[in-house]
Amino acid sequence: MAYSDKVIDHYTNPRNVGTLDKSSHKVGTGLVGAPECGDVMRLQIEVDDNNVITDAKFKTFGCGSAIASSSLATEWLKGKSIDDAMAIDNMDIVEELALPPVKIHCSVLAEDAIKAAINDYRVKNGLAPIELEKSHH
Amino acid sequence: MNLPIYLDNNATTPMDPRVLEAMLPYFTQKFGNAASRNHHFGWLAEEGVDYAREQVAKLIGASEKEIIFTSGATESDNLAIKGVFEMYKDKGNHIITAVTEHKAVLDACKHVEKLGGKVTYLPVKEDGLVDLAALEAAMTPETILVSIMYGNNEIGVIQPVKAIADIAHKHGALFMTDATQAVGKIPVDVNRDGIDLLALSAHKMYGPKGVGALYVRRKGPRVKVTAQMDGGGHERGMRSGTLNVPGIVGLGKACEIAMNEMESEAARLSAMRDRLQRELTTLEESYVNGNQEHRLPHNANISFKYVEGEGLIMAMKDLAVSSGSACTSASLEPSYVLKSLGLSDDLAHSSIRFGLGRFTTDEEVDYAIEVTRKAVTHLRELSPLWEMFKEGIDLNSIEWAEH
Repeated sequence: MAYSDKVIDHYTNPRNVGTLDKSSHKVGTGLVGAPECGDVMRLQIEVDDNNVITDAKFKTFGCGSAIASSSLATEWLKGKSIDDAMAIDNMDIVEELALPPVKIHCSVLAEDAIKAAINDYRVKNGLAPIELEKSHH
Repeated sequence: MNLPIYLDNNATTPMDPRVLEAMLPYFTQKFGNAASRNHHFGWLAEEGVDYAREQVAKLIGASEKEIIFTSGATESDNLAIKGVFEMYKDKGNHIITAVTEHKAVLDACKHVEKLGGKVTYLPVKEDGLVDLAALEAAMTPETILVSIMYGNNEIGVIQPVKAIADIAHKHGALFMTDATQAVGKIPVDVNRDGIDLLALSAHKMYGPKGVGALYVRRKGPRVKVTAQMDGGGHERGMRSGTLNVPGIVGLGKACEIAMNEMESEAARLSAMRDRLQRELTTLEESYVNGNQEHRLPHNANISFKYVEGEGLIMAMKDLAVSSGSACTSASLEPSYVLKSLGLSDDLAHSSIRFGLGRFTTDEEVDYAIEVTRKAVTHLRELSPLWEMFKEGIDLNSIEWAEH
């Protein structure tokens, strides 16, 4: 199966690899997936007082498409408000990276990771987590 | 050194130029139908086939009358298993095989089950070998066939075929072996090993694709299989269809070369394989899968914990290897062979199969070692699991969201 140029680019030069201080109240961490399934994503956001995401980092265990999906997600998250970040849909990632049908689950996982990170941030800051529709696959 | 480097010789092998040379006349000049008994063209083709039959037989210590040409090992496996079941079902309806067999064997057995047969799928030990006591315990008076592969295609372990054959025979059953990965790589002898039926394929030993053979014992006991295809009654009535003369000639030549060069080739390949393995297991948390003593000379299967196989393959640029993770196909299931060794799913997802071959050079192995090391290191830097491992977090203590 051939990968798109964008997947290869993100895979070869992943953006925003790293770790934020998960104990900080400004940081939200989303850890999704499972080792048994062959992919685990950890996505972290740092949010300022205006609810704007100032930094995003990821680490991913998974195939090229999973790594590219999370790398792209961190790029998109930076500078976005929490509300706008909530609106990122996995199909946007599929489109941008030209993922084939068998790799759609990678984009779903990235969306899940974004939402999990946001909810972690909300809970830390005394807000109720946003109800998520089960996007499990 | 030319890139990319082919290290997937358990999947298929390039054809040896000497094989191609032997085949060429049979496409254009000696193109006759080997079944045309009444003219020169037919005789030439038949001569080529007869000679190939001897070459194949010799490699496995058989008589040429015991070789049935087929389209490959998948067909041979099917013919052997379904053919034995149909031929001997009045004697019994039970077949024993193992969970690590090739799909051609497993799915042929599934088919037999649909026809009313009973099949036992033996588990294997942690090192991939069949437990002889478990086999003995599974034998029943109804058992007509035991089918256990010679060498495994993913992890390269060699089963104790002689001991398995003895158990089968003691209970009056036939012993069949899928020897696709073993024939031409290590000495296989149907009499020494007590084999009644054996499947082999040309393209795994530097011959052409689309041709293989089934060995069917003729003496002590005389074994018969029911044909699975109706037609002109070729191959002693067991496999109808005009013979693929160029392919068969190629298979014969491939067998002859293997016979002459096996010993030196196996020594060279196992030395290279051992070096590859030694160098790659200096990486932290890397494990070799399968029995280390009883194994094919050209295969290494290594799990690199905390990196995922498909992602790893992508990072191993210019190396053609295969992953134990089936993430490349529609299914996300990791290799059933690795799972049968008791490997956890995450280790099975993290495995790479290296298959060396006749044309692999030391320089290529050096390159492979270097690229694999870099790739594993790079991906571990990206891996949240590696970070957790390094922080001493027990991954089993985390509640993962199965998806």
